[in-house]
Parts: sequence; structure tokens; C-alpha cells
Amino acid sequence: MFKLEARPQPSRVMSYASPLIALAITILIGVGIFLWLGKDPIKGLEMFFVEPLKSAQAISELTVKAVPLLLIALGLAVCFRSNIWNIGAEGQYLLGAVAGSWVAMQAGPGTGRWIVALILLGGALGGMVWSGLVAFLKDRFNANEILVSLMLVYVGQQFLDYLVFGPWKDPNGYNFPQTITFLSVTKIPRLMDGYRANIGVLIAILAVAALWTFLFRTYRGFQLQVGGLAPAAARYAGFSSRVALWTALLVSGAMAGLAGALEVAGPMGQLTPYLSVGYGFAAIIVAFVGRLHPVGIVFSSLLMSLFYIGGELAQSRLGLPKAMTSVFQGLLLFTLLGCDTWIHNRLRWIGKPRTAPRRSEEA
Amino acid sequence: MSPSRTSLLCKLAACTALAATAFIGCDKKKEAPAEAPKPQAFKVAFAYVGPVGDGGWTFAHDNARKALEKELGDKIQTTFVEKVPEGADAERVFRDLASQGNTLIFGTTFGYMEPMLKAAGDLKNVKFEHATGYKTAENLRTYDSRTYEGAYMAGVLAGGMTKTNTLGVVGSIPIPEVIRNINSFTLGAQSVNPKIKTKVVWVNAWFDPPKETEAAQSLLNQGVDVLMQNTDSSAVLQAAEKAGKYGIGWDSDMHAYGPKAHLASSICNWTPYYIKATKDAMEGKWTTGKAWWGVKEGAIDLVSISDKVPAELKAKIDKVKAGLKDGSFVIWQGPIQDNTGKEVLAKGKVADDEWLGGIKFFVKGVDAKVPGGK
Repeated sequence: MFKLEARPQPSRVMSYASPLIALAITILIGVGIFLWLGKDPIKGLEMFFVEPLKSAQAISELTVKAVPLLLIALGLAVCFRSNIWNIGAEGQYLLGAVAGSWVAMQAGPGTGRWIVALILLGGALGGMVWSGLVAFLKDRFNANEILVSLMLVYVGQQFLDYLVFGPWKDPNGYNFPQTITFLSVTKIPRLMDGYRANIGVLIAILAVAALWTFLFRTYRGFQLQVGGLAPAAARYAGFSSRVALWTALLVSGAMAGLAGALEVAGPMGQLTPYLSVGYGFAAIIVAFVGRLHPVGIVFSSLLMSLFYIGGELAQSRLGLPKAMTSVFQGLLLFTLLGCDTWIHNRLRWIGKPRTAPRRSEEA
Repeated sequence: MSPSRTSLLCKLAACTALAATAFIGCDKKKEAPAEAPKPQAFKVAFAYVGPVGDGGWTFAHDNARKALEKELGDKIQTTFVEKVPEGADAERVFRDLASQGNTLIFGTTFGYMEPMLKAAGDLKNVKFEHATGYKTAENLRTYDSRTYEGAYMAGVLAGGMTKTNTLGVVGSIPIPEVIRNINSFTLGAQSVNPKIKTKVVWVNAWFDPPKETEAAQSLLNQGVDVLMQNTDSSAVLQAAEKAGKYGIGWDSDMHAYGPKAHLASSICNWTPYYIKATKDAMEGKWTTGKAWWGVKEGAIDLVSISDKVPAELKAKIDKVKAGLKDGSFVIWQGPIQDNTGKEVLAKGKVADDEWLGGIKFFVKGVDAKVPGGK
């Protein structure tokens, strides 16, 4: 009989292998589901893992989906590593989009391309204001940041709705809840003509490098992580938990806000109530699947995007239901959590049980 | 290395190998020709905002898609994608549908306007059809149903059946289309019962059953005894059923969702338009424009009228329907006052489509203010 016991040290092999095994198991279960639905599993997998990578156009679309996830998840990783549970990246994303839209709507006929930089800056500030509220309430009143950040998502959505249903409504838009389409000068520059991928890709790569450096090569980053892992030790070392709180929340707010501004001035080109498709929440999964590591998050954000786009392709090409997307995402997180057990634990043979042996002893 | 560790690693290896075979297998199969080339079927695609099982708006569109397939058989091949968000994702879906060889693409919600416009700008050889929008292009035209005609007929019914003289509408988004429907519903009710008041609650969404239910409940609490909705699900009718009041089906025949409450369903039948549009495109007769079809074209109807409705009231509805069909009856004909007492349409004047498309006020009898209206 096997017994689950703690390893003396976390397994290095498993910490790298676990995401891969999780992916493999997800795929295997996926094959089972495809068979059960009476679809060709090879074709089904192709929709999720081959088709979204097949052409330059497809890869460009993949980045359009992955960049917001990547940016938001990077910021969340800083928070989660500092043991600060910012669940409200969605709200910070929305506020970033609102602020970016405001800048974009100030553009006039004489405006130059520099406005794009202001839009992005505005977006980051917008997100920081929203996450700064969380930090302030936690700092001043010790309010639970999980609840506050989550509730602010709904406040943010209502605020956005108020703007597009009210003062920001396009006067020539037949009362439809949307702003004017922003002038073309405000458009986030694209990487290539005819493709929707924009400079968000470059910003995301820079952000990965910057946050990696911050987390692993700076004293402040080290302080944050110690505070997250061992608050008592951090206090003993004289690391300020207040500084950690503000830094983590402002960084993640800025990242989410930046993502919002990139989205609203990029592929959208106007502010509507349908700006968000849950990136802020999906990014929580992305951050954890990526091990809260900037490089890992690159892979997990791409993987998540594959699932989103694959789900659409599976609909239009194979007639699979939309829910397959969520099934895949849920499976991946579930199997990852399962596999992660083996980083800190192992199975040990503890001899024959006294009763009749079970038929299967698979873990 | 301990034995347990080895066995674990073995398992790992086995897992990885399995996964690898899955991938390799996938590559091998890909080389084989996936499907035999069919004789050139005309490919038509649909993008829906809701799930096909919403029982209302999207369901009606999907039924029309099926009817289109039935009508044109293997000359065409249809594809649909459901729950396409009205944000940055929509454009990708349109482009992808085009890349699969669809040369006629229908988008069935207002929020697809900008994405369709962008896609249409690049994909000149594809014809785009956008429901309920107002922007057109060389290869993008709009189509809509005169849902207000159905709302008027439903209003006649509601006005005749109410005991509290208070009707309620769950509104989605305060755009002219929805405001016009609430107004027409009220005008219809007033044509049989001048004392009618209509109350309105907005949910700011097309498809959000929990919110729709809440809105319906708040209307019922205000003394409403006949509910209508301009949202996409059957939630409001179900709320009426539960409360023992009356409700009206919208977009699709919703009789089954509230058999006791259901007075009738105001349905959109998109089939005639989809058949015409597809034939236009196949025969090279497709040109841009704006189509707005109603009872006359068979796009709007009031169906499954309940047995509880007295024959006299039914006869009135039949008269309205016949009048709409042959053009002898017009809903939007002056004098019409808004609910602040201002005359918006002078006596004897008939509203044209442009006027109808810009309605931003409530008519007399609607006990509400248009949100954000100036």
C-alpha cells in the first residue's frame, strides 16, 4: 500500500515537470471528452493546439488575446508573491481603459502620435488609482484586500457603464452605449500592416524582463518575497510590510490598467460596456499556472489564449459547444493543482495492507 | 535514489510518452487528406451573441439558419459561432469565418457593428450582413425586423387582459429600437384601454436571466399584471408564471416556458430574409442597403395566442395584423404625444423610417424616463 508523505525538500524535477504533466493529462481527458461527444479527438486537439498557430494571421490573433492576460498576470504575480491577494485586476483593467479612453478622446485634429504614450500612461495611472484604493483601505483600516479589490470590480463596471450610457455617449450614436470611435491618431501602432498584433507585444516582453529583474535582482523585490513567504522573518529583518503592500498593489494596478488602455485604443478603438471578457479573472489562473514566474507566465498566457481561440475554432469547424473552452481551462488548473502535490510530497510503499489488496493502486 | 522515487519517475516518463504519442499521432493524421473536396457549396456563416439555447433572440436566428439550410439544401453550407463577445474578439471571429471560405457572414447583434465594419474594410470579397446596426459599407448591409409591430399587437392583447391597468416592460438597453418597442406596446394597449400605464425597468444587458428575473419581480411588486420584455431570454415570462400573472413571449415562441402565464409570443421570423439574402449573394444580385422587414414580409408575427384571450380581443388583433399586412393600418401615425405632454407627431402625419430610427422619448402613458436621454 502507498502512503503520501512530505518530501524532505521540494522536488526540482517535479516543479518543472508538473505543468507538463498537467497539460498532458488535460489533453488525455480532452481526448476522452471529444470521443464521448462523438468527435474525432485528433481533429479536436488540432483545433486547440495546431490551428491557432497555423499562420502569421493566427499567431497575430493569438498575441492580441495573450498580451492583456500576460500583462495582468505579471502584475498579479508580484502581488501574490508578496502574499497580497488582489482579486480585482478586472476592475483595475476597466479603470485603465476608462482613463486611456479619456486621454484618447482629448485628441483633436492637430494631435500627434505622441498621444499614444499618454494613453498608455493614463491607463497605467487609472489602474493604479483603483488598486491604490485597495492599498489605502488595507493600510489605513486593515480592510481585507480580497473583498475590497473584488467589490471594486463591480464599482468599476458600473462607473464605466455610467460613462458610456451617460456623459461619454456618442452624440451621433443613436443612444447606443458607446463612445465615439477614437481618432486614428490615437490607435496603438501595429507591428505590421494587415495584422492586429500591436506594440503591446513589445511592451509585454519588456514588462517580463523588468519584472523578472525587479523580483529576482533587486533588494526591494527580495523584501517583497520574504514578506510573502515569512512575514515574521520580514518584520524581524526590518522590511516594511506597508511598503510591500503599496508596491505590490500599485505595480499590479499599473499593469492591469496598461492592459486596459492597450485594449481600448488597440483592437477596440472605442469604449463600450463590452470591453471586458474576464481577462482580470482569467489572469489569476494564468499567474498560477505560470508559477508566479514572469517567464512561466509567458507560456501560461499563450496557453490560455490557445484555449480561448481553440474553443471558437472548435465551434465553427467541428460544431463543438462553446463550453469546451471553459472545460479545458478548468481541467488544466485542476490537474496542475493535483500535480503540484508531488512537488512537496511523494508516494512511499509501506508494505502490504492487512485486508485483501485493492485492484488498482494508481495514484 | 529511493525506489519510490524511481517508480514515480517511471510514471512520469510514461505520462510524457503518452502525451507525446498523442501529439505525434496528431501530426501523422494531419497529412492524410482531411475531407474529400465537395462540389462548391456556397458557404454562409452566422455569429451569435448568445447561446443558441437562449430560447429567444439567438434561438430565433438559429432556427432561421436551419430553415435556410432546409430550403437551399446542399447548395449551401452553414456554420455558426455562438456567444461571441461584443468586444475585440468579434473581429477575429469574422476574419476567421471569412478565411474558412464563407462569403456571406451574418452578425446578429448591434455590438458587432465596428468589428464588422473593420473586417468588411479588408475583406472586400465577403458580403457582411449586420442585424440592428446603422453603419453600412459597400460590402456591409444592415437588416432588422420591425419588432415594434409585434410589440403593438402584444400591447393590444395586454391592454385587453390587464385588471390593474398597469403593464410592465423589462428593457435591455435604451436604444431607439427598444424605446420604440416599449412605446408601441403602450400605444397598442391604449388602443383598447386608454387608462393604461406602462412601467419600465432596464437591465442594461441583452441576455442576463438573473437580472431579467429581478427586474420582472420589481415590476410585479409595483402592481404590474402583464409583463413584456425586450431581452433575449424567457426569464421574465417565467417570473410571471411563478407570480400567477401574465407574460408575453419575445423573439421566439416561448409558450412552453410559462404555459399558464403566456398570452402570446411576438416572434421574429428571420427565415424569409436569410433566404432572400443568401439567394441575392448566390445570384450576384447582392447590393448594400438597409432592410427592415415586418408583418408584411412575414418577418414578424404574434403566435400561440392563449385560450384565455376572449374571441373579441383576438379579432381585434387579427384586424391589426391584416392591416399591417396590406398597409391599411399604420402604428406610428399622429397625433402622438410624449409623456411630458409635448406633441411629437402632428395629427395625420405618418412617421417615416428615419424618424422611427431616432426615437428617444417615451409616449404618453409610459411611466418612466429615458435613461441618459437629452
